[in-house]
Amino acid sequence: MTDNEFWTEGEPVVDKAAPDGPIETRWERRKFAAKLVNPANRRKLTIIVVGTGLAGGSAAATLAEQGYHVKSYCYQDSPRRAHSIAAQGGINAAKNYRNDGDSVYRLFYDTVKGGDFRARESNVYRLAQESVNIIDQAVAQGVPFAREYGGLLDNRSFGGTQVSRTFYARGQTGQQLLIGAYQALERQIGLGNVEMNARHEMLELIIVDGKARGIVVRDMVTGQITTELADAVVLASGGYGNVFFLSTNAKGCNVTASWRAHRKGALFANPCYTQIHPTCIPESGSHQSKLTLMSESLRNDGRVWVPKAQKDTRRPADIPEDERDYYLERIYPSFGNLVPRDIASRAAKNVCDEGRGVGPGGLGVYLDFADAISRLGHKAVEAKYGNLFEMYQRITGEDPYETPMRIYPAVHYTMGGLWVDYDLQSTIPGMFVVGEANFSDHGANRLGASALMQGLADGYFVLPNTINNYLASGPFPKVSQTDEAVVAARKQVEDQIEKFLSIDGDRTVDSFHRELGHIMWEYCGMERTEEGLTKAIGLIRALKEEFWTRVKVPGKGEELNQNLEKAGRVADFIELGELMCIDALHRRESCGGHFRAESQTPDGEALRHDDEFSYAAAWEYFAADGRPTLHKEMLEFEYVHPSTRSYK
Amino acid sequence: MDIQVRVWRQSGPADRGRMVGYDVKDISPDASFLEMIDVLNEKLILDGDDPIAFDHDCREGICGACSMVINGVAHGPEKATTTCQLHMRHFKDGDVIDVEPWRAAAFPVIKDLVVDRSAFDQIIQAGGYISAPTGTAPDAHATPVPKKDADAAFEAATCIGCGACVAACPNGSSMLFTAAKVTHLGLMPQGQPERDSRVIDMLQAQDDAGFGGCTNMGECAEVCPKGIPLSLIGRLNSDYRKAIAKS
Repeated sequence: MTDNEFWTEGEPVVDKAAPDGPIETRWERRKFAAKLVNPANRRKLTIIVVGTGLAGGSAAATLAEQGYHVKSYCYQDSPRRAHSIAAQGGINAAKNYRNDGDSVYRLFYDTVKGGDFRARESNVYRLAQESVNIIDQAVAQGVPFAREYGGLLDNRSFGGTQVSRTFYARGQTGQQLLIGAYQALERQIGLGNVEMNARHEMLELIIVDGKARGIVVRDMVTGQITTELADAVVLASGGYGNVFFLSTNAKGCNVTASWRAHRKGALFANPCYTQIHPTCIPESGSHQSKLTLMSESLRNDGRVWVPKAQKDTRRPADIPEDERDYYLERIYPSFGNLVPRDIASRAAKNVCDEGRGVGPGGLGVYLDFADAISRLGHKAVEAKYGNLFEMYQRITGEDPYETPMRIYPAVHYTMGGLWVDYDLQSTIPGMFVVGEANFSDHGANRLGASALMQGLADGYFVLPNTINNYLASGPFPKVSQTDEAVVAARKQVEDQIEKFLSIDGDRTVDSFHRELGHIMWEYCGMERTEEGLTKAIGLIRALKEEFWTRVKVPGKGEELNQNLEKAGRVADFIELGELMCIDALHRRESCGGHFRAESQTPDGEALRHDDEFSYAAAWEYFAADGRPTLHKEMLEFEYVHPSTRSYK
Repeated sequence: MDIQVRVWRQSGPADRGRMVGYDVKDISPDASFLEMIDVLNEKLILDGDDPIAFDHDCREGICGACSMVINGVAHGPEKATTTCQLHMRHFKDGDVIDVEPWRAAAFPVIKDLVVDRSAFDQIIQAGGYISAPTGTAPDAHATPVPKKDADAAFEAATCIGCGACVAACPNGSSMLFTAAKVTHLGLMPQGQPERDSRVIDMLQAQDDAGFGGCTNMGECAEVCPKGIPLSLIGRLNSDYRKAIAKS
C-alpha cells in the first residue's frame, strides 16, 4: 500500500513481548520469564488506574492486594457505577461443567473464528485459559450467579456458540460481577492501599524521559486541575461507542483518556471495528439520548421475524404464520436465531431496507416469544427474562408477553482501541491498557458474553502478572511537580479549557455530538463504502472547524460544569471519528464488525481478503500535514486456519 | 405535550437554593424524564442561562446515578422505576412538575440536583465485601449453594446504590441499603466467616457517616426502584443482635 491523500504508511509494529512455542504453555512461560518486584519494594511504587469498570476495578483491587500503592480515578460519583454494570447476558468460561464438549481450546477456537481472524492467537488462548479462574474468583467473592436445584452453577448458550459455557446472574451479570470487583476495591480503599478519586477526569498523560509517569486530572466538583505522578499508568477507560452519539454506552462513556494518550504517541489500533448489537430497542424520536440494549440471550428463546410483504401495517397478532418471514432461521438453518451479532444486525438492516421493517419509521424487526411461552410456560420465561421484559415495557409501553418485542441494531461495543503488546503495554513504556480500551482479544468482532471475560481476565490475572516485569526494570528517577513535562501537560489542559470557555458561539456541545453521530452512523455504521467514507471525512473535518469556532460552553472552569466536560470529550470524538473513517477506508475488505459493500460474496456475506489485510492496523496520530501514519502488525495463524465463516 | 417544571437551583454548597420554574413545550410522551431535562438544558444554554446540573449515566436503570425527587417522590410516580426509566407518557399536558435533589444530612448538595453520595461507599468499605484476594479461590463448584439461598442473595444484590431509600426516609436512614448488602453476603456460604463483624462494622460506618436511625417507617421500600423489601431490615436487625451477643 502506498501513501495517499488520507494516510501514510510507516514501519510495521512488532509485539516484542509475545512468546512463541506451543500455545498451551505460552502464558505460563511468559509469567515465569517476567521479572518480579520484591514485596518490600512494591509499597514504594505507585500505579495510577484510570477507570473502575470490570478491568480497572479488578486491576486496582488486585494490584493493591499485591502491595502496590494504587491511585484510582473515575468520572462517576462512585466506582460502582462504571458502565460494565449494564452488561446483561453473561460471561463465558471454558469450565465444561455441562460436559458438552467444551474446552479451553474450543473457547479459543470460537473466539478467533468469531473475531473473523483478526485477533492474535496468543492473546485469545490466554483469555480462554484465564476464563475458568474468573468464575472461581467471582464465586469466592459472593457473586450470586444463577444456580440449579442441586446448588451448582447454571449455564446457558449464547450467540455464536454451540456449547453452554455462559455463566449468568439473571439479566444483570455485569452488575453482579462489577459489584464483586467494586467490593474488592472498596476493601482495599478501606485498608488504605488504594486512594480513590471519584468525579475526577483524566485529561492528559504525563510522559517523562519517554515513560508514562502520570496524568493530569480535573476534579469535576471544584474544577481544580492537578498533576498526579506515578511509576506506571493503567488506562481502563472503556470503549468509544459514543462517537455515534446514540449507542448503548452510558452517557458519560468517552474516548478522552485513550485519545489524549494517542495524541502523545500511543498507537490506536483497528478503530473501525465497531460492534453493532442486533437486539436494541428502536429509537422513538428526535429527543432520543441513548439506546437501550436487550440482552442477546433473548435470541435463545425469541424468534426473529418480519412480515413477508412490504409495508405490512397489520398488528403482529393479525399476521398469519405463512405470511411471516423468520429470516434468520430461513437463511441460516443451522444457527438460526443464534448467528453472531454482525450477521444478525446486517440481516435486520437488509429486511428493513427492503421495506419490511416494523414500528415507527419501519426501523425494527420482531423478536417473538409466543413459541417459547407456549413451550416453556409463562413462569419459566419470566424466570429467565423477567427483568428484560419489564425494562422493555417500561420504555415502550408494550407488553412482550402479549405482543412481540420490536428490536433494531445499535452500536454497542468497540473492538478497536489502544494498541498493546502481549503484556498489555502500549507503545508508550509504562502505560498499560486493559479491557475494552485496548484492541487485543476480539479481532474484528466480539462474541457475546466475552466482554466481561476479557475485562476481568485483564484486570484480575493478566496485568497483575505483566506489569511487574516493567516495574522491576526500575527504580525510575523521581519526577517532580515542577518538571518541564509535568508543567507543560498541565498547561495544555488549562489552555484547552480556557479556549472552550472563550469561544462563546451559538451551538451547543450536544448539537455537534449529534451531528457527528449522524455522520458516523450513516457512513461508518453497519455498511461502509469508499464513496461514503470519503464524504464522511470531509464532513467531519468541516464539523471540527465549526466546532472550534461556534461551540458555546456556559459557566466557568472552577465549578461543576457538565458542558465543559462534554466539550472536551466531543472534541476528541470528532478527531477519532475522522480516524475511524480513514481506517475503514483503508481496509478494503469486509471482516467482523467492518462491512465494506464493495467486498461481499454474491449472496451478500462479508468477504475477507486475507492476502492483503491479515494485520492489525495501528495508527499514529495525525501528523502536521493532517495524515495519520499506519503501522501494520502482521497476524499469524498457526492453530486456527482462516476460513470463511459459515453459519448456514 | 406542554408542561412546566419547577426545579431546585443551587449554585453550590454555600448557596441557599430555590425553586425556579421553566416552561417545556412540545415534548414527546415517548421521551424519558431526563430527555425532557436535556431538551430544557439545550434551550437554557442558547438563552445564556446556566443549564441544570444532574447526575445520570447509563440511562437504563442499572448504574444508580440518576437521583431526582419528582413531585415529592424519590424517582417519581412510577413504582420500581428509576428517574431515567420514567417516561413523559406518565404525565399530562399542562402538568406542573416539581424536581428536587435527594435531601439527607449524609448526602450534601453539590450543585442543583447533584448530591454527594460517597457515604454509601464508606459503608461498603467498612465490611460490605467477602475477603477473597485474587488467586485464592477454590473451584467454583467446590461450594454448592442451595438455589433458594442463591436466588434470595441475588434479589438483595440487585440494589443499585442510588440512595432513593435515604432520600425517602424521614430520618435520612440508610438501613435498607445496608440491609441489602448484609443479606446478599450473609446468605452465601462464602460470606459466613465475616458475617458478624460485617453487620457490626457496617452499622457503625452508617452512623459515623451521618445517616439517621431506622424507625420502621417503610418509605424506603416504597420508592426502591429494585423492589428491595422492608423485611431485609428485620433480617439485618436479627443478624446484628446475634453478632452483638457473640462479641
